[in-house]
Amino acid sequence: MSISRRDFLKGALAGGTLLATGAPAEARENKTMPDEAVGLLYDSTLCIGCKACVSACKEANNMPPEFSREDKLWDTPLDISGKTLNVIKVYKNGTCENKDAEKDGFAFMKVSCLHCVDPSCVSACPVSAMTKDPVTGIVGYNKDICIGCRYCVAACPFGVPRFQYDTPVPQISKCQLCRHRMGEGKYAACAEVCPTGATLYGKVKDLHAEAQRRVALKPGADAVFPRGNINTHDQSSHTAKAAKYLPKIYGEKEIGGTQMMKLAAVPFDKLGMPTLPDQSFASRSETMQHTIYGGMLAPLAFLGVLTYVAKRNVKNDDDADDEKK
Amino acid sequence: MDENSFENDESMVTLEKRLGISRRNFMQMCAAMAATMGLPNDAAAAIAKAVATKKRPSVIWLHFQECTGCTESLLRAEHPTLEKLILDIISLDYHETLFAAAGHQAEAARRAAMKANKGKYILVVEGAIPTKDNGIYCKIGGQTAIEMLKECAADAAAVVAIGSCASWGGMPSTPPNPTGAKSAGEVLGKVIPNIPGCPPNPYNFLSTVVHFLTFGKLPDVDAIGRPKFAYSRLIHENCERRAHFDAGRFALEFGDDGHKKGYCLYKLGCKGPETYGNCPAVLFGDVGNASWPVGTGHPCIGCTEKGIAFTKPIHALADLKTMRPPVSFPNIVEQQGVGATIGATVLAAAVAGLAAGAGAKMAKNLGKGVKLDESEPAKKNEERNPS
Repeated sequence: MSISRRDFLKGALAGGTLLATGAPAEARENKTMPDEAVGLLYDSTLCIGCKACVSACKEANNMPPEFSREDKLWDTPLDISGKTLNVIKVYKNGTCENKDAEKDGFAFMKVSCLHCVDPSCVSACPVSAMTKDPVTGIVGYNKDICIGCRYCVAACPFGVPRFQYDTPVPQISKCQLCRHRMGEGKYAACAEVCPTGATLYGKVKDLHAEAQRRVALKPGADAVFPRGNINTHDQSSHTAKAAKYLPKIYGEKEIGGTQMMKLAAVPFDKLGMPTLPDQSFASRSETMQHTIYGGMLAPLAFLGVLTYVAKRNVKNDDDADDEKK
Repeated sequence: MDENSFENDESMVTLEKRLGISRRNFMQMCAAMAATMGLPNDAAAAIAKAVATKKRPSVIWLHFQECTGCTESLLRAEHPTLEKLILDIISLDYHETLFAAAGHQAEAARRAAMKANKGKYILVVEGAIPTKDNGIYCKIGGQTAIEMLKECAADAAAVVAIGSCASWGGMPSTPPNPTGAKSAGEVLGKVIPNIPGCPPNPYNFLSTVVHFLTFGKLPDVDAIGRPKFAYSRLIHENCERRAHFDAGRFALEFGDDGHKKGYCLYKLGCKGPETYGNCPAVLFGDVGNASWPVGTGHPCIGCTEKGIAFTKPIHALADLKTMRPPVSFPNIVEQQGVGATIGATVLAAAVAGLAAGAGAKMAKNLGKGVKLDESEPAKKNEERNPS
């Protein structure tokens, strides 16, 4: 490209001026939780590993079994996938004798969508196939709008949305908190079948209060644990000894909070839950994008610079011919 | 053993008369007991031989703090009619519920049997033993339960505890345990073979006694003295409702839809997942299908387990022993898929090679294209301006 120093500097100056007139580069706030937001509370210390939630999830969402063994007899998903929205994983250490012990123990962890308050997948989706319900806060997916770009797959810090690679008409699969059952007055199937209330459904604010109550319990003391739906009390509660909870509610603050919260007695990073900042990724990336593309000024300016440079470099053959004529 | 010789065996003929049952029924019973204990086929013949020929062992049966449910359970064994057979296989020399004698006569019979069969008799203990205040809360013939147990156990060939009370303390030992009730093993200061249950399955007891009769020793027991043939499996493992547990179908309260459909009783407090026993396999009362607590729709109360039955509330959830160590769960970080195969690598290399070749060729042609373009303008202009 042949461009004189003078021209280059002119262009650069013009572009820079335009960029500087854009919005100040200060991140927007995390989005806030809808008042009536619903979610789940998963308590690793109450989970007995029966996998009833895995089974019920498949049934409620009409998902096929997934095989990871030679015999292909049982649904044995190794992780969430295009065929599995919810899976119970296990942390094992040493002799695995004690439940909820970090050393020589084991602990269960439910892997499914956490329904972020400020979800990265919704932010990244270019066509609004991923949506956040303004009332329930459920992060939903619309296959009819989806273009299959898989930005949501890349954007999610928990690796939740999964793409169906093995079908000619693929969809993104992710937990949508059984929103299709809510019309029938039902709620999340995983919480409905959970025999110990390890997965509890309800309004996030009530679940949060319940989580705070559990964290404050004295280890070994008898405590009452609700089951099913914490708001409707559709199922009886049960009494059990309180575990030695870590003083942390996972999902309370992580990337702006999630509507599914988790409690455990083994550090969360050991249970596969990433350590994340309080500021949502969506707020950061959106701030960046909205700054650069604010009013389309910067792109227009950049286009102007490019056009100018291009123009300078193009020799018009017609003009040359005209001159000859 | 040669069956023909067994057919004509004089002892068998005698036995038929003695027990009043056909040889066929007798052999069926022996086979059933061998199966209960998980013994091979020929053990049935050995059992038959032993029952038919050996001298009936003397049995002294003591009752302490109990409800006699164990004895009642035993009397209801049906294949074949046990009240006939058990009393003929063994020589029951002392049993407070069953003997005709009373008072000093009964105590004299016990002492006589102990003397006559010194070191050979089997002592069966039913009921817990009160130990508080020197054991004054249970006395028989002026003797405390502690004294009586120790006296009888001293010269016994084997001591067997029947029922949860004698096995681990049972109901009488439930807190606050006002009489200081303890198990027979605790009072004797050793692990003794025991058949816990409230009541225990009669076939578990009968099989243990017949094993002793046949092989001269008691069957293999676990760390707390329970015969492994009956108490090595969790109720949960053989439960007929297990499929409902795995599928997440639970009865939520008595009489609800799930309960009527026979769903899993875990949510109602079933202790099957933490209780060892063969109840779902052997059943009770010989009336067939579903004749055991869970089969009838009541959660297992864990009657064979110390610290569960009569201690943990009925509705409290069981602690799953099947999960230790936890198997068949994906790990937190699960390696999926396999590394590149040789075929795939070769294919990828070939594609890369092709791409590189095509790229080089294209680059060459690009240069040519420029030359062509230089010669073009004239033509183009002609086309544009035909005039």
